[in-house]
Amino acid sequence: MNKISYDQLKETLYSEKLANGLQVFLLPKPEMAKTFGIFSTDYGSIDQTFVPLGEKDFITVPDGIAHFLEHKLFEKEDRDVFQDFTKQGASANAFTSFTKTAYLFSATSNIKENVTTLLDFVQDPYFSEQSVEKEKGIIGQEIEMYNDQPDWRSFFGTIQSLYENHPVQVDIAGTVKSINEITKDDLYTCYNTFYHPSNMTFFLAGNFEPEKMMRLIKENQDAKQFEPVSELKRRFPEEPDRVAMKKNVIEMPVSVAKCMIGIKEQTDRSSDETFLKEELLTEMLLDYYFSKSGEYYQELYEADLIDNSFQFETNIERSFGFSVIGGNSTKPDELAERVKQMLHGLKEKKLTEREFTTMKRKKIGQFLRAMNSLEFISNQFIHYHLLGIDLFKVLPVIEELTVKEANDFMGNWVDEDRISVCQIVPEQG
Amino acid sequence: MDVIEEKRLDKKGYRLHVIPSKKYKTTNVVVKLKAGLERDTITKRALLPYILQQGTNKYPSARELRTALDDLYGAVLGVDGSKKGENHVITLRLETANEAYLSTDEQILERAVEMLSSILFDPKSDGNSFDASIVNREKQTLKQKIDSIIDDKMSYANMRMIDEMCKDEAYRLHVHGYTEDLEDINEETLYHYYQKMLAEDQMDVYVLGDVSVEKAEGLIESAFAPKQRASSAESKKTIVEQTIEDVNTVVEEQNVQQAKLHLGYRTNITFGDPLYYALQVFNGLFGGFPSSKLFMNVREKHSLAYYAASRIESHKGLLLVFSGIAPKDFQKARDIINEQMALMKEGKFTEEELKDTKDLVVNQLLETMDHPQGLIEILYHQVLAETDVSPDQMIERVKHVTREDVLLVGEKIEQDTVYFLTSKGGSRNE
Repeated sequence: MNKISYDQLKETLYSEKLANGLQVFLLPKPEMAKTFGIFSTDYGSIDQTFVPLGEKDFITVPDGIAHFLEHKLFEKEDRDVFQDFTKQGASANAFTSFTKTAYLFSATSNIKENVTTLLDFVQDPYFSEQSVEKEKGIIGQEIEMYNDQPDWRSFFGTIQSLYENHPVQVDIAGTVKSINEITKDDLYTCYNTFYHPSNMTFFLAGNFEPEKMMRLIKENQDAKQFEPVSELKRRFPEEPDRVAMKKNVIEMPVSVAKCMIGIKEQTDRSSDETFLKEELLTEMLLDYYFSKSGEYYQELYEADLIDNSFQFETNIERSFGFSVIGGNSTKPDELAERVKQMLHGLKEKKLTEREFTTMKRKKIGQFLRAMNSLEFISNQFIHYHLLGIDLFKVLPVIEELTVKEANDFMGNWVDEDRISVCQIVPEQG
Repeated sequence: MDVIEEKRLDKKGYRLHVIPSKKYKTTNVVVKLKAGLERDTITKRALLPYILQQGTNKYPSARELRTALDDLYGAVLGVDGSKKGENHVITLRLETANEAYLSTDEQILERAVEMLSSILFDPKSDGNSFDASIVNREKQTLKQKIDSIIDDKMSYANMRMIDEMCKDEAYRLHVHGYTEDLEDINEETLYHYYQKMLAEDQMDVYVLGDVSVEKAEGLIESAFAPKQRASSAESKKTIVEQTIEDVNTVVEEQNVQQAKLHLGYRTNITFGDPLYYALQVFNGLFGGFPSSKLFMNVREKHSLAYYAASRIESHKGLLLVFSGIAPKDFQKARDIINEQMALMKEGKFTEEELKDTKDLVVNQLLETMDHPQGLIEILYHQVLAETDVSPDQMIERVKHVTREDVLLVGEKIEQDTVYFLTSKGGSRNE
C-alpha cells in the first residue's frame, strides 16, 4: 500500500492497485462523523460504440444505456440494494455522466459492512426481462421531468449546437423511444465490457482505519473471479473543430426566455500538465469576466440583459470540451450578440500582474472550500485520476501559474467558429 | 469525530454563538435576522438581500465589493431570505479560507468580519435613502425571479400547494414577495424599512471554524459595537392547528409533459414538541428515504414515478408529499399514496424498519453536522423554537423513539389539500 502525505492540505492518501486491476484510494479523515465511498467505472453516456469483451467487431448500443444500467444494478433477484444500505444506516445513490458511472454511499456507522455491500452489489449484476420492462416506466418519468425543465433543455440544447457527431450531444438518459429498445442482453454486454475491475476506481474518504480497510477490500476482491485484463476498444466519430449550429432556438412554455452561449473547447492537449493548466485557466478567465466581480457581468447586468440566474460552467474531458455561459434574459438576442463580442474581444486583452494575483487567490479559496466536502474530494479525485492528474497537487499548480501563461492562453482561447448560441423562447401563438 | 460545542453569549442587541472546530478548511460567519411574516413587509424583506449585495459606502458598487471579496482568497458572500414557520429570516453568510492552509500571514478573518459588518450596517446610502438606481435595478431582478417561478414546475407546484392549503395563514406568503408591491417601494421607503429591521429584528451571529471563543467574541464585538440596538422582539407564534372539514382538491392545467401530484398534511407537531423526533421517524418510514413506503410503492412496485417522497416543515407543522407522474396516473398514484398513509397510521411497519429508519435519521443529522452551513442551520432551529437541545441530545432523542410514539404521530396527522398540476386536458382523465 502506498502512502503519500500532502503537507499544505494536511491530508494523507493511501493507494494500491490490486491484482485484478482495481485501483483503490483511501483518505482517512478522523475528524469527520461521515464516511463517503464511491465505486466508479470509466464508462458513461458517450461510450456507445465499442468492441464487446471477447469479441472482434464494434457495435453501437441504444442511447441512454449506461444510465439504464446504473438504475438496474440496484435491483437483485430477491431484493433491492437500497434496502441493504438502509439496514446498515447508510444512504446510497448513483449517477451517470458523459464519461462515468458511479455508485456511492455515505454513512456514519457500519463502514466495513457498507464498503462490502458497495463492492458486492456493483460486481454482481442481475438483469431480467421483467425488471428491465418495469424500469422503462420509471426512467420514462425521469426523462419527462427533465423535458419540462428549461434549464436542462437550454444546457443540452447548447451542447447540441456545439457538437455534430460526438455522442456528448445525446441526452444522458436517452429518449423514451431509445430506452424502449433496451434489452437485458444489451445490459449484460455493456456490463461485462465496462465493469471489469481494471476499468474501475474505488475511493473512500472519512472516518476509518486505512490498513484494516485496505485488507478488507483486498480480501473481498481476491475472493472473486474475473476475466483477465484486456484492452478496451471504444470509438468516437470524427468531430469537426467548428460548431454544429450557430444558433439553436427551442420553443417551450416558459415565461422568461433563456439564452446560453456555448464555446467548443479545444481538446488536443500535449500533456496532462497542460490539460490541468488550461482547464484551470478556462475556469479562472470565465470567472474573472463573468462572475459578480467581473467587468462583463457588471456591464450585462446594468444593461438589463441578465439577472441572478446568470451562470457559467466548463466541462473538459479527453474527447470533448465545452463551456456554457448564460441564463434568463428578457432580450435574448441582444445578450447573445454582446457576449459574443466580449468573447472575441478577449484576444486583445492583457491581464496585469495584480489582476492575475486576485484571480489566483480566488481560485485557491474556492479550492479549499471545496475540500471541506468528502463528495467533492472523492468525485474530483477520480475525475482527475482518469486524466492522469493528482487532485492534491492542484493547489501548487494554481500557485505557480503565471500571468504570461494566462495571457498566452487567453489570446488563443476563443475563435469565431467555436461559438454558438442556444435560446429557449416562449411558444408562439 | 469531533464533539460539537456551541458557546452562546448574550450581547447588547444580539446573541453570539461560537462553535470552535478544527474540522474545516474554512471559517464561517453567519448573521440571522428574524421578524414575523407579514403581508406589508414581505416584499421589502425579499428585496433587501439583493440590495445589500450591491455595495457599501466603502465599496460603492457590486463589482468593487465582489473584487474585495475575491481578493480575500475568494471569500464567499451569500444573502437570502427564508420562511421559518411564520417568521421571516434574512441570512448573511460569509465563508473564508482558514489562514492555516494558505502561504500567507494575512489576517483574513478580521477583514472578513469587518466586511460582513459593513454589508449589513453600512450599505451604500446617503443616511436617508439607498441609491435609487440600485433599488430600481434590483426591483427588476426580483420581478424576474418572481416571474420565473412558474418555469420550475416542482417549485411552482409547492408554492401553489401552500397557497391553497394555508390561504388564511401568514405562512401562505411568498418568500420572494409580490410584483404588485414593487411599484410602491422606492429608495427611501426601503431604507426606512431597513432601519426598522436593524432596530427590531431578532439578531443571531454564528462563528464556526478554527477560532477560539475569546477571539471570535473580540472580533464580533469590535465590528458590531457602534450599532446600538434595542433588545430583540419576541418570536412570532406560528399557527399550527387548523380544523379541516374536507380535503380540498385543486387541479390546474398547463402545457407540461409530466404532471406534479403534491399532497399536504397537518402534523400538528413542531420543532419544540416532544413528539418532533418521532415525527422525523414517521416521515422517514413514510416517504423520507429510498426504503420508505412511498418510494417502494409508487416508484418501485408500480413504476409510476421517478420521484415520490415526503418532507416536513419543522416550524409550521406540515408534511408534504411530492411526486412527478404521467397525467393519466392521477387517481392511481393518489390511491397508492393514501393507502401508504393509512398503513402508517395503523402501524404497519416492522420493528426492523423502525430501527433502520431511526439509524437513517441519525445518519442524516450527523452528515448535516459535518457540513459547516448545515450545522449552523441545525443550531438555529433552537433559536426559532426557543428550545435548548444540543446536537447530541437531538440524536439521543431520535434513538429513543418507540413504535407507540410513531403511532401517536399518526393519530395527529390529517390530510388537508391535494394539488395536481397536469397537462392541458389532463384533468379529463380522472
